[in-house]
Amino acid sequence: MKSGSNLEKVLNAGHFAVTAECGPPRGADADIVRQKAAYVKGNVDACNVTDNQTSVVRMSSLAGCLLVKESGTEPLIQMVVRDRNRIALQSDLLGAAAMGVRNLLCLSGDHQKFGDDPQAKNVFDIDSIQLIDMVRRMRDEGVFPSGKKLEGNPEFFIGCAVNPFADPYEIRVPRFRLKVQAGADFVQTQCIYNMDKFKQYMEDAKQEGLHEKCKILAGVTPLKSAGMAKFMKKFVAGMDIPDEVIKRIADEPKEKQAEKGIEMCVEQIQELKEIEGIAGVHVMAIEWEEKLEKIIGDAGLLPRPEVA
Amino acid sequence: MITGTPKPIEEVLEMLEPYSRVVVAGCFGCVTVCRVGGEKEVQVLSSALRLAREAKGNKLEIKEVCLERQCDPEYLDQLRPYVADYDAVLSIACGAGIQFVAEKYPTSPVLPGINTGFLGVAERQGEWSERCQGCGDCVLHLTGGICPVSRCAKSLFHGPCGGSAKGICEVAPDVPCGWQLIIDRLKALDQMDNYGKLIPYKGWSTSRDGGPRRIIREDMTL
Amino acid sequence: MLQAFEGGADGVMVVGCLEGDCHYISGNLRAKARVARVAGILHDIGIGEERLRMYNLSAGEGAKFAAYANEFAAHIEQLGFSPINIARNPGLAPRQSPEDKEPQSDTEPESVLEEA
Repeated sequence: MKSGSNLEKVLNAGHFAVTAECGPPRGADADIVRQKAAYVKGNVDACNVTDNQTSVVRMSSLAGCLLVKESGTEPLIQMVVRDRNRIALQSDLLGAAAMGVRNLLCLSGDHQKFGDDPQAKNVFDIDSIQLIDMVRRMRDEGVFPSGKKLEGNPEFFIGCAVNPFADPYEIRVPRFRLKVQAGADFVQTQCIYNMDKFKQYMEDAKQEGLHEKCKILAGVTPLKSAGMAKFMKKFVAGMDIPDEVIKRIADEPKEKQAEKGIEMCVEQIQELKEIEGIAGVHVMAIEWEEKLEKIIGDAGLLPRPEVA
Repeated sequence: MITGTPKPIEEVLEMLEPYSRVVVAGCFGCVTVCRVGGEKEVQVLSSALRLAREAKGNKLEIKEVCLERQCDPEYLDQLRPYVADYDAVLSIACGAGIQFVAEKYPTSPVLPGINTGFLGVAERQGEWSERCQGCGDCVLHLTGGICPVSRCAKSLFHGPCGGSAKGICEVAPDVPCGWQLIIDRLKALDQMDNYGKLIPYKGWSTSRDGGPRRIIREDMTL
Repeated sequence: MLQAFEGGADGVMVVGCLEGDCHYISGNLRAKARVARVAGILHDIGIGEERLRMYNLSAGEGAKFAAYANEFAAHIEQLGFSPINIARNPGLAPRQSPEDKEPQSDTEPESVLEEA
């Protein structure tokens, strides 16, 4: 047991894990997080709190995690390397661990040009893979990168993200391998719409035995409308939405599209459950957290297991 | 070469507001090669400034000069005969040259006429792009001759990130993904094994982050 | 081009070969780009980009050259004196806008310039 987190225990016990995501608010209003946390509670094994996603400033991931924890759900802190140098990263990791956060997702972070502060300096002191390595050493060897001893190791279940749909495809599995080498215990994928491509990715990853060394959680995002699908296809980098998927939801009359989107998401989760090597699902119902219970429930994944 | 872009002329005119006699100093080095601060640019800028000021009824007298380089003290000596006769020096050399003129002539206001850019190369006539960030610890032998610090928008050492699409970086459609370039090159060189290794964390203290830098060659300092 | 304006020109006309027919292949295209750059400078410094224009024609088109020259001269006449000439000769009338252009008279400024 590396961290003793609920997510780790669920996965180790062989259950199909479920995680979801909370985007913190664009302000200091804690109630917004509590509201989202209420929708998540009971439906997941751990809940991610994003870190200034798309470089848009939001309440910090750590603060969001503490609010999620208070509400009774296990948090998963996300950390990008865009905004913090290694000093701040180490410090925040120790702080998060001290406050009882046991799951971590190490990310690069979208470039700051996408946010409201494109003039900000970008840091990228170390990259996400080096961050994974750094945390692993702190956890397993009890040392800072400098070699000096820690007064208390941060006990994290270390995660990373992969995007099977980004270019170039041929480097995606080797890069996943690098992350596992660096110490990733689990991975959450970018949301999947192109199942064929994802299955190919899984085949390539399994060839290297990566699914055994690292727990793979497949990412899904329910579509609210055909408009949302078209927007994401056009404007979001690294998103692969086949036309047949868009057509399926677009064929519905507008007022039925949301329902269809949920149906498609549930179907997708059920299909993913059948793929060997997928250890769980990460449901990113962005600004639609109230639908989590329905999606996870309809996919046959409730109630969530309680593992000692 | 060091590249730069001309400051908008309104900005330069604003800087020159208090003065009626200035030296416009160019440089035959990098800024000549990238057509922003050489002899011709001195002439064009001086002409434009004279016209602008005369039209406003506030004539500006200009001494046009172009030095071999502004980053070597010997060449800066060439300004000595007349710099005291003028109110200010407008330099269109790179930031290093402009500062050196200011250091050499501390009682003359020295103004920047260009915005110094990056260390780069001429991809074709009229187009320059960035190649080097001067990090002080070159790893080009590991990445097929393509720099991850300067050509990846996130300076990743194990790229590309998830925002790389069709060889283009997420920051702009005309920015190639540095890591796509590196991977293509490693493949061409049959060095893809380099990719599977974990690179040690970058030491930034040899770059600007470590503080203003200095190089001393004992064999050259007598 | 800029020196011509400094020398007192109210307008500068640049002439080059027809595009595709340049003896130096792309010399006229370079000239076009440079004319555009100077036009930008003239705009930014308040002299006016409309005082600079490029015409393309072949060396054998004498009548066309005359027509272009007359057209350009008339155009500059309409614009009036450049701000430089006005600054140098305080007695000159300022630029006339198309709205308040009046018919020519014997006391028009151009006769002043001819005498000078």
